[in-house]
Amino acid sequence: MTTEHGAVGRAIPRTADGHLLRGQGRFVDDLAVAGTLHAVFVRSPIAAGDITEVTTDEARAVPGVVEVLIGADIDLPGIAVDIDRAEYVRTEMPLLAVDRVRHQGEPVAVVIATSRAQAEDAAELVDVVIEPTDTVVDIDAAVRPGAPRVHDDAPDNTLLTITIGDPDLRDELRQEPVHIELGISSARVTAAPMEGRACLAQHDEVTGRLTLTTSTQQPHLVRSAIAHHLGIADSDVRVVTDDVGGAFGQKLGVSREEIIVSYAARRLNAPVRWIEDRFENLTAAVQGHEQRYNATAGFDSDGRLVGIAADIDCNTGAYSAHPWSCALEPGMAAAELPGPYVFDRYHARARAIATHKPSTAPYRGVSRPQITLLTERIMDEAAAQLGLSRAEIRRRNLIPTGSADHVSAAGLSYDEGSHLRALERCLELVEFDTWPERQAVLRNDGRLVGLGLATLSEHTSYGTETFVKRRMAVIPGFDAAEVDLDATGRITVATGTVAQGQGHKTTMAQLVADVFGVDATSVRVVAGDTDVAPYGWGAFASRSAAIAGSAAIRAGRSLAEVLVKVAAHLLEVAEEQVQLRDGVMSADGVEREIDLAELGWTMHNRVDLLPKGVDALALRQRATFEPEAGAFSNATHAVELEVHPTTGAVSLLRYVVVEDCGRVINPAIVDGQIRGGIANGIGIALYEQVRHDADGQCLSATLADYLLPTATECCDVEIHHLETPSPRSESGAKGVGESGTIGAPAAIVSGINDALGHLGIAFNTVPVTPAMITDALDDAHDTHDSRGEPDAV
Amino acid sequence: MTHRRRIVLDINGERHELDVEDRTTLADALRDHAGLRGTRVGCEQGACGTCTVLVDGAAVRSCLLFAVQLDGGQVIETIEGLVASGRIDRLRAAFQANSAFQCGFCTSGFLVLAHAHLEEHEDTDRASIRHALSANLCRCTGYEGLVDAVAEAGRADAEPGAVTRS
Repeated sequence: MTTEHGAVGRAIPRTADGHLLRGQGRFVDDLAVAGTLHAVFVRSPIAAGDITEVTTDEARAVPGVVEVLIGADIDLPGIAVDIDRAEYVRTEMPLLAVDRVRHQGEPVAVVIATSRAQAEDAAELVDVVIEPTDTVVDIDAAVRPGAPRVHDDAPDNTLLTITIGDPDLRDELRQEPVHIELGISSARVTAAPMEGRACLAQHDEVTGRLTLTTSTQQPHLVRSAIAHHLGIADSDVRVVTDDVGGAFGQKLGVSREEIIVSYAARRLNAPVRWIEDRFENLTAAVQGHEQRYNATAGFDSDGRLVGIAADIDCNTGAYSAHPWSCALEPGMAAAELPGPYVFDRYHARARAIATHKPSTAPYRGVSRPQITLLTERIMDEAAAQLGLSRAEIRRRNLIPTGSADHVSAAGLSYDEGSHLRALERCLELVEFDTWPERQAVLRNDGRLVGLGLATLSEHTSYGTETFVKRRMAVIPGFDAAEVDLDATGRITVATGTVAQGQGHKTTMAQLVADVFGVDATSVRVVAGDTDVAPYGWGAFASRSAAIAGSAAIRAGRSLAEVLVKVAAHLLEVAEEQVQLRDGVMSADGVEREIDLAELGWTMHNRVDLLPKGVDALALRQRATFEPEAGAFSNATHAVELEVHPTTGAVSLLRYVVVEDCGRVINPAIVDGQIRGGIANGIGIALYEQVRHDADGQCLSATLADYLLPTATECCDVEIHHLETPSPRSESGAKGVGESGTIGAPAAIVSGINDALGHLGIAFNTVPVTPAMITDALDDAHDTHDSRGEPDAV
Repeated sequence: MTHRRRIVLDINGERHELDVEDRTTLADALRDHAGLRGTRVGCEQGACGTCTVLVDGAAVRSCLLFAVQLDGGQVIETIEGLVASGRIDRLRAAFQANSAFQCGFCTSGFLVLAHAHLEEHEDTDRASIRHALSANLCRCTGYEGLVDAVAEAGRADAEPGAVTRS
């Protein structure tokens, strides 16, 4: 059997999603269902307190209001995530808070009315009386002895501590010829997809089944969670996900709103819809990245990294979010901090610290932007101390070329990458060696320009082993696919993953099309409907191409084998003689050819012609794929930027990425992920910060306060691909969804520090805001008595 | 009690009689009353431009207008009208060819914005296009594909050799 490869590797346009260009997207709010009621949540206006009273009479009296529910009306379990570690403090997130609120925006009641406007009117009339209690919002305050407790059984607000290696390492590293002490911090950010969270629940009185149409990344997991919370069978719930307007991690697991809306639909026997508004999305939805690191790194006199010891603190908010728990960020930080570097000695102590803020859940990058910022700062500081270039220190410490079995200092097994090749190519593209001279010329003109550099590794395609190590209660390490041939010869792939813009309808089609040698546009991809798609784990952690894609290839191959068997029988030749090319079965010396249409027809309608042991059932083949270990992609980012001294603004002048995500299935889609990821990283580096005051009041409640990068904050990104195929996926693809976000903050901070380093300025925090820059320039001016050059206008 | 009234809106060349509250935004009126769901709502705060429509040819945020303000007056055009008229075929092809969309939620707004921009300026200058596109937010693409698409569509209208890249 041979096939003609044609689709994989090509930038095939996303015509399968062409409806999005006609305004015909089907997002949750586009679904028009007769009789739909609208849910609006009443949320706590304060961050911490005891609920003494909730009065709903006035709200109920508003015309159009059908129901108002408070926690006491809903006898359902809250969301409690298990992690099998003795020291883990389990938290229960109530669906609607009953006794206590633990963050601003925590839902306390829900109003259901015939229109959204009526529900909003009524929500304002729900009287929630909360006696404020003391709040803790930052890490230091939270761990201080005697601090107010977010949860009663965590006196120091530490919900989990993960330790790797020996804490004595820090002192030992301080004996090395060169040792770096560095603290970095990263502000809280939020995913802010353009479509907020949204769901529509419909209860079928006749079948007793609930259908939840929801904007999610994990339809099957949501289905199971809804069934669990409502106390009904998994298969009595159907989750449907059509178009999703972005997610970036915010739509993983189940939310309490989804459970309540589902409950309400059953209770009221009417469709109930909830559409999160932007205020809710910015203040009450899950958030991430609020972390602080304190690290010691030791280098020998040749500039080789001996070891790193790091204390990592993550402000994980009020509750563990489903299904990852508060262990997500500290665990991933500790496990992956070594990144692309070779060294033996490693210690990390990572903590999840509860505060009166919204819960932390995955947001693109998940600790890797932060660990990359740390390691890149360490490298740059070490280079400066050793008198080495930033390039040379990395040459001496990156995973060497040809390392097919590198094991990190944290014990993770990497597949082969191209760290040094990517570095050298990137340095070449930005003419790194002559940068100091070019910079000097520009500085003479009064311009504060810098060249930032960051090398990174992204752990993608996590398998079972990773989640077992995390001691999670659900192990999302595999995925599944079904491929079938219909009676007209059309191939359909049903996949357990689901897209929020990644273009799976195109990439999955490309992978399967190549198995049969057909046009990718002829392959239909279905996803997101739990009644149709095989049980899978959805899209997160850069897994779809590698894991779901591999399952699709396997299922495709299984089907191709069946078709070859049938064709052999019909052509009256041995199976080995059959060739499958361009969707046609043929054999040398035989004039007759059979295409997929004829095969499909025959297998459905002429079972009498089929060989023994093959029936029409064989037309649908199912496969799963579970990676043996993660696939590690790598990249080098370089960014030329300019700091404007009067305003503190940072302009990105040129951005170059050399990256290796293994086999590239669709370069346009991969480039889109990298550029989009970098845009998120630009936000993290320069603009985005979820801010709370000391009372836990959110100060960044509108998009005028929470600054998402616009087109003018972003720049063109030159992307160069290297391809080191991974043996850990069927296609050789690795994940790439988060790589841009992982590298950009480190690269940009590196660039700012390069621009201002001659003034003794070095930033170790994100975002680097204009005020921080102008303050630092002012301090430097005062200290040095001269900035050296006139302000650029 | 909120005040309701019957208004007449001129949408995509058709007359729509709608029964709305005074406080109903144009965006909500289009979606919920006129059945035109291609215009989306991203923030209701006037910041993201997802809800962009044309009013008398100008790109405006429909979440910042009350439907009653348009009663019996200006010409409203939405993504549906632009698509049906064929006037953004080249732009849509350029969006497809240049990876100018991922999740698609902001796409209607950007198509309308880009169309309005190109109607007013024969623009192939990437810096100027980038500036014009900064009116709207996209969280997925990083904007480069959008700039490329609008530049390409602009080129299609311009004379050969009129492309400037910056």
